[in-house]
Amino acid sequence: MTPPAPLAVDGLRKDFDPSVNQQPREKRDGPPWGSPQALELEQTWREPPGLVGWLSAVNHKSIGKRFIITAFVVFCAAGLLAATMRLQLSRPDNHLVGPDLYNQIFTLHGTAMMFLFAVPVMQAMAVYLLPMMLGTRSTAFPRMTAYAYWMYVFGALMIFAAFLLRAGPDAGWFDYVPLAGPQYSPGHRSDFWAQLISFTEVSGLLVSVDVITTTFKLRAPGMTLARMPLFAWAMLVTAFMIIFAMPAVMTASTMLLFDRTFGFHFFNPSDGGDALLWQHLFWFFGHPEVYFIFIPALGFMSSIIATFARRPVYGHPAMVLALIATAFFSFGLWVHHMFATSVPELGKAFFTAMSMMIAIPSAVQIFCWLATLATGRLNMKTPLLFVLGFFFILVLGGLTGLILGSVPLDLQVHDTYFVVAHLHYVLIGGAVFPLFGAFYYWFPKITGRMMDEKLGRWNFWLFFIGFNVTFYPMHHLGLRGMPRRVYTYPADMGWNTLNLVSSIGAVIIFVSVLCFIVNVLKSRRGGAPAGDNPWGAPTLEWATTSPPAWSNFAAIPVVSSREPLWQGPADASVATHVAGLATDVREGLVTTVVDAIPDHRYVYPSPSIWPFVAAVATTFWFIGSFYMPTAMAWGMVPVAIALTFWFWPTKKETVKHLLLEKRA
Amino acid sequence: MTDVAATPASVPPERRGTALDVSQLPSFGFSHRSLMWWGTLGVMAIEGTVFALVIMSYFYLRTNAADDWPLGVPVPGLLWGTLNVIILLASGVPNHLAKKSAERYDLGATRFWLVVCAAFAVAFVVVRFLEFTQLHCRWDSNAYGSVVWGLLGLHTLHLVTDLYDTGVLATMFFTGPLESKRFVDVSENSVYWYFVVLAWLPIYAVIYWAPRF
Repeated sequence: MTPPAPLAVDGLRKDFDPSVNQQPREKRDGPPWGSPQALELEQTWREPPGLVGWLSAVNHKSIGKRFIITAFVVFCAAGLLAATMRLQLSRPDNHLVGPDLYNQIFTLHGTAMMFLFAVPVMQAMAVYLLPMMLGTRSTAFPRMTAYAYWMYVFGALMIFAAFLLRAGPDAGWFDYVPLAGPQYSPGHRSDFWAQLISFTEVSGLLVSVDVITTTFKLRAPGMTLARMPLFAWAMLVTAFMIIFAMPAVMTASTMLLFDRTFGFHFFNPSDGGDALLWQHLFWFFGHPEVYFIFIPALGFMSSIIATFARRPVYGHPAMVLALIATAFFSFGLWVHHMFATSVPELGKAFFTAMSMMIAIPSAVQIFCWLATLATGRLNMKTPLLFVLGFFFILVLGGLTGLILGSVPLDLQVHDTYFVVAHLHYVLIGGAVFPLFGAFYYWFPKITGRMMDEKLGRWNFWLFFIGFNVTFYPMHHLGLRGMPRRVYTYPADMGWNTLNLVSSIGAVIIFVSVLCFIVNVLKSRRGGAPAGDNPWGAPTLEWATTSPPAWSNFAAIPVVSSREPLWQGPADASVATHVAGLATDVREGLVTTVVDAIPDHRYVYPSPSIWPFVAAVATTFWFIGSFYMPTAMAWGMVPVAIALTFWFWPTKKETVKHLLLEKRA
Repeated sequence: MTDVAATPASVPPERRGTALDVSQLPSFGFSHRSLMWWGTLGVMAIEGTVFALVIMSYFYLRTNAADDWPLGVPVPGLLWGTLNVIILLASGVPNHLAKKSAERYDLGATRFWLVVCAAFAVAFVVVRFLEFTQLHCRWDSNAYGSVVWGLLGLHTLHLVTDLYDTGVLATMFFTGPLESKRFVDVSENSVYWYFVVLAWLPIYAVIYWAPRF
């Protein structure tokens, strides 16, 4: 082959030799903190100043932190909606909230909790933590992550604005047709719901692509797949699930929007459509969704348990296989949400069997954790308390899941408060408890301060007690026939006391979350300084400073065991860190998928306003399309323009890249 | 984070051993070595799932209609859809050649084949609009109309997107600023085009042949 010819386009310098990296030696990383190189690295990875800089942020920690905080704000807002419902239901014949508003409240509560809190907050934790845990400086597609965040924010703003304008969706969080269709839901309420799905799914899908690429290609040298932390496995498996599940709800909501806006007939039985098609598409997404809320929480569990039992999690390979098996099985369960419809009996039998089978990998994990806890030296701190709470609540929720998974019992309690009790036991026990544990666990890393232990215990015990007081009575309400989604009930049904108890529980949860917020605000500046690794944890995010430096690591670490901070290299001849990446641009190291062998260098995109602009343009497209149907077509033009500017490189950065360039 | 100099070492000094120097590794890689390849693959998995779901919906709706499919509407004309199969399959050639030129860093050939690829995509889009006229129904005629318009529209969206991508990339290859890793983008652009081609074959079969059986 002829020697490579340098590129000479657009008046760029022609003297770059593409066969060697011409970066000056003093501008290559490797030296420790305090060196000029490390200082320059910090400047390079810092976000640009000012408002425009803030909107241009792409560092995974900035985006991740904003993502987590936004999701928590949504959690509080949706929680207040729940509190309003409990207030309304605390006594019979209550007229605090009317039926129309009540419909909007329960719809927005479910929609916000599922689409705007539970899934995004898990992905937000991945965006914040994964690069540090994997020993790298960024996620694979930082601008795309920023775009995903803004899409998420605009979706949340849109739906809450619609609610405040009394145009909130009101057909339930799964928006069943025909109720949500053009005939029974005139106006734009259902359109807002359908487009909210587009917002959140675009966001969720893009983050998933980012997470998969990051975990496969950006791990520190030596971190083979076998040495990858269980948290990263959980996030990887979740991302794959999202990629195959979320398109279903996006397809369904787009079909619904087309039915409503353009007169399509996908779900209109009188013109050959089918209302059950909605349910199939929705639950083909909806059931895996439960698991992609749950599986990241399993990742938190494994991280917290290893650290607080002070030993590696027992049965690491079994844990990984159980995660993957859970993900597979979760795609074969969706029809158990549809046992009350005209699905063939043979199908129901199959889906019952699958629903029972998924208990097996879940049990494998639970027993591995129990073995770890039983043989470890326990450090009884708040994160571990939340983990122990998980065991109690999730096991109860799992057991009612077995009940709901069998057809005859399901038909008995279908659409009653029994289902409400079950789903909250699973989702709060399975995801929110570990999530709170995770907040306590990683808060010192994010802020550099410890959270208050005493308030943490108040937070935990009030939550644990309040949760059970709120939701346990709902099992009995369901068995006594109280249907979901009624705005009030007559006094003589025998539901009064249980409802009152449940509402008292909601107040306790409210106080508990207040404890948490006070704790965060108090500890953020006034907590005890944490140091790099306050818990004595084994994974790489604890090898950097707290709060983490902009560049994460002065030198990217080289990994030689599954618990790199517990077990260093076997002998002194093994490399401990990487050197030679540029300090004046955001350069990273790409490694091979299985063995994490260094493969090539990669310059990440710099901060840019265009992801934000593209998200604004997409927002206009999405919302515009149901006010002006033609905007469905021309609304794409501004998006395309913004994406082009996003993609188009500047001459200045290209010159810099040419200096670093080396062809294979 | 204010005083960087005071922050402790990321690898504790006592364990700071030898360094692994990566400065002379290549600055990009083709195919599955590149992050772009994985990103493109992720997007293709998402979009492939959407195609599969809409095809599934087609047959789900068809089971309801039993023998009545396509719900009293004439079957679509074969001419333009079949012509597009031919154009699409033929377009694999310039895309392959663009990919190979890019992997050789051959700037002239890459430019040429990018333009040819774009021309094929334009031809395809033009014939695509003729295809819509041959469906013999409107999207609001009935559920059959909705699902075939949905399928064809969805594929057209991908087609137009990739045409635009190719156009932007080709422009960059003529005007700059250019660096070698853009050759990877050309390679991935071809891979994405193959996906659009491969997706068309089952969609073509569903739209044009399923209602005939």
